[in-house]
Amino acid sequence: MELTLYVWKQKGPQDKGGLQQYSANAVSRDMSFLEMLDQVNEELIKEGKDPIAFDHDCREGICGMCSQVINGVPHGPQERTTVCQLHMRNFKDGDIIYIEPWKARAFPVLRDLITDRSALDRIIQAGGYVSVHTGGVPEANAVLVPRQDAETAMDAAGCIGCGACVAACPNGSAMLFTAAKVSHLALLPQGRVEAGQRVCVMTDAMLKEGFGNCSNHYECQAVCPKGIKVRFIAKLNREYIRALSADPG
Amino acid sequence: MVLDAKCPVGPLAEKWDRRTEELELISPANRRKYRVLVVGAGLAGASAAATLGELGYQVETFCFQDSPRRGHSIAAQGGINAAKDYSGDGDSIFRLFRDTIKGGDFRAREANVFRLAMLSNNIIDQCVAQGVPFARDYAGYLDNRSFGGAQVSRTFYARAQTGQQLLLGAYGALSRQIRAGTVRMFPRTEMLDLVVVEGRARGITIRDLVTGEIRSHAGDAVCLCTGGYANVYYLSTNAMGSNVTAAWRAYKKGAFFANPCFTQIHPTCVPVAGDYQSKLTLMSESLRNDGRVWVPRTKGDMRQPCDIPEQERDYFLERKYPGFGNLAPRDISSRAAKEACDEGRGVGPGGRGVYLDFAEAMKHPGREKIKERYGNLFEMYAKITAENAYEQPMRIYPAPHYTMGGLWVDYNLQSTIAGLFVLGEANFSDHGANRLGASALMQGLADGYFIISHTIADYLAVHGPGKAVSEHGEFARAKEAAENLIKKLLSVNGRKTARDFHRELGRIMWEYAGMGRSKEGLNKALTRIPALREEFWENIKVPGSGAELNQELEKAGRVSDFLEFAELLVLDALHREESCGGHFRIEHQLPDGEAKRDDENFCHVAAWECRGTGISPVLHKEPLAFDNIELATRSYK
Repeated sequence: MELTLYVWKQKGPQDKGGLQQYSANAVSRDMSFLEMLDQVNEELIKEGKDPIAFDHDCREGICGMCSQVINGVPHGPQERTTVCQLHMRNFKDGDIIYIEPWKARAFPVLRDLITDRSALDRIIQAGGYVSVHTGGVPEANAVLVPRQDAETAMDAAGCIGCGACVAACPNGSAMLFTAAKVSHLALLPQGRVEAGQRVCVMTDAMLKEGFGNCSNHYECQAVCPKGIKVRFIAKLNREYIRALSADPG
Repeated sequence: MVLDAKCPVGPLAEKWDRRTEELELISPANRRKYRVLVVGAGLAGASAAATLGELGYQVETFCFQDSPRRGHSIAAQGGINAAKDYSGDGDSIFRLFRDTIKGGDFRAREANVFRLAMLSNNIIDQCVAQGVPFARDYAGYLDNRSFGGAQVSRTFYARAQTGQQLLLGAYGALSRQIRAGTVRMFPRTEMLDLVVVEGRARGITIRDLVTGEIRSHAGDAVCLCTGGYANVYYLSTNAMGSNVTAAWRAYKKGAFFANPCFTQIHPTCVPVAGDYQSKLTLMSESLRNDGRVWVPRTKGDMRQPCDIPEQERDYFLERKYPGFGNLAPRDISSRAAKEACDEGRGVGPGGRGVYLDFAEAMKHPGREKIKERYGNLFEMYAKITAENAYEQPMRIYPAPHYTMGGLWVDYNLQSTIAGLFVLGEANFSDHGANRLGASALMQGLADGYFIISHTIADYLAVHGPGKAVSEHGEFARAKEAAENLIKKLLSVNGRKTARDFHRELGRIMWEYAGMGRSKEGLNKALTRIPALREEFWENIKVPGSGAELNQELEKAGRVSDFLEFAELLVLDALHREESCGGHFRIEHQLPDGEAKRDDENFCHVAAWECRGTGISPVLHKEPLAFDNIELATRSYK
């Protein structure tokens, strides 16, 4: 296949950036999208040109590092698929493809398609964990967990923290990301103890980082490569209200 | 130099307790006087940093990814072993110990492995308390499944995302300490050198991957948790960024490198599709619980799998290893697959593949159950190959996956450099010549949560809190060396990219130091690797500058280290004139093609000491003794 690419190039956070045209030649249908970019980069380097910088690591859809908006859609056209697992058989000869970084106020561009997503880490640091020390914990089967709860917790815990939900949201909201973590822990007895405190501090941290609010567009769910459902946002809201209305004793 | 593993004396089951009682402690109020540098934030690094931070040490943690939640531990699918015996099928700590020693083909240290088996149970308790959503049965108890190389069900799992969930648990604990101010996190940084002052590891030199700044961090001890080196093969199941740089540069500063030839080729990976291939994807070994491995009986049978009748199929694992069948250990299964393909019976493009067939499992336990167990793996397979494994068999082929070798450490996880500790896959200690499934996560977390906090305290207590050393000349020298290396990489301005060289190196390694190794082939590699290295320094092209985010520069630095390290791997493979575990020397096999171990001459750890560039490394041997388990021929028949 022969393709025309328009790729976002930006030297650094201060640079204005813009789209640049490239051609991708002799692209195999069985290549992954990133392998197609590898090939373009190899040619650019040999021609003495600046290669396209992009984040990637595991290339099997689990590390959450890859992050590209392809033809306007975070992670591209295939549902429930990260960029690294998107294959070129989803495109056809002669296609024009636009490739851009995550665009959100809370994710400044570092270079080309690479953004700084450390704001997501700071939401977790605010309280996205169970406050347990190493050692001194009960035997693993001492606290039983209903199977359904464990399964639902796992549905939420599958979040890879890529930030596509933020990139897809018209408000640049990190609600789905935050909700996934809040729900995962709130559904388990081990995380229940701190659930009220957790939802409050994480929500505050999210707003402080410059993420917007949820106004029910559901774009996040549509692009989530792990299929995290917006019903967890409803759960976050319930947990939040429950925490605010708790009897202070 | 005599390598002293410093294993405690006394009965196996009491060794670790005895050691923890002997070790010096540091009182809570004094711990903040010590600074520990932790390099890497996968399972070993994140758990170590979190635990040391909780205890009150000042910790600085470094990772090359943009967040500590992305270390390659995250990609481990199948599960984590523990000797809980929840399944009631006769498991015990001793049995897990024995399986691991046997699985490692009697090339691991008994004391270390027993401690690992003991701590396995604490790990599960810890992870459950953190909120890791392990699979449960209908009564709410933890569920287990079986895994290769074991006849009991002792593997805990969270769908096929166990590594992800365990890492997120450790990342949560780490995040809590970052919040508390005990851990400072430096993502997007890469270690370029170890700073050794008066024989002790006192700091590291790093490059900030965003700004390009090179700077040093000083501390009282350094923990390397930087993973394995399977990317020396170019194509492997490792992440693109996984590298040997930190370990290799520590080796050059005096840390011995042990058993580099012990590499694991995993049997169940998606086969190579074309020259553009950048990595290989693992399909969890757990699939072999329900899938049956086969190839056509006759050479060159090009029919579709569904058109090949039952009697014309060869279920070669079941035939050769009836006791374990499709669950034979990884090294054995990989070799059997390679053999079938070498005989011309391989399937798929290029004939480098075997079938993993779920047709029977679709009848029993049924499609629903299979979907529940492996749904996301089938989905991943479909994305890569556009084939539906519910309808037709998967095609799989072995790929480099894990490296048992690593920096040599004693029982306290300390390397041959005082104050340099090595954890997780980066060390060599627990898996011998072959790692059993579901035990990498176990080792990373045992080292990080439960071992290092004891042993590092002893080291720190003995040496006392360090005075500022960052003005010492060694820091300036290490920084200058790192800067010079970068300048050199940028100045060649040749015609080939880092990836060209890496791919070429991978071809040499796969061909001559892969699943079957011979003296002749290894010697060929020993002439070709230095030639390639020479060409690298004449012809590498790295665009851009050092003072910016420059991914090609990162890549070139890592490839330059792989080009040096590869030679040591080959030397080690050449020295080990026996076959054991993942190391198969074709000159040393039994009449039936199984590995022929030589306990008389090779029952030792081979630890290599660097004597400088261009000078042959010196081999030191740590003899291995088996007092609690009979040194026997490994048989899975």
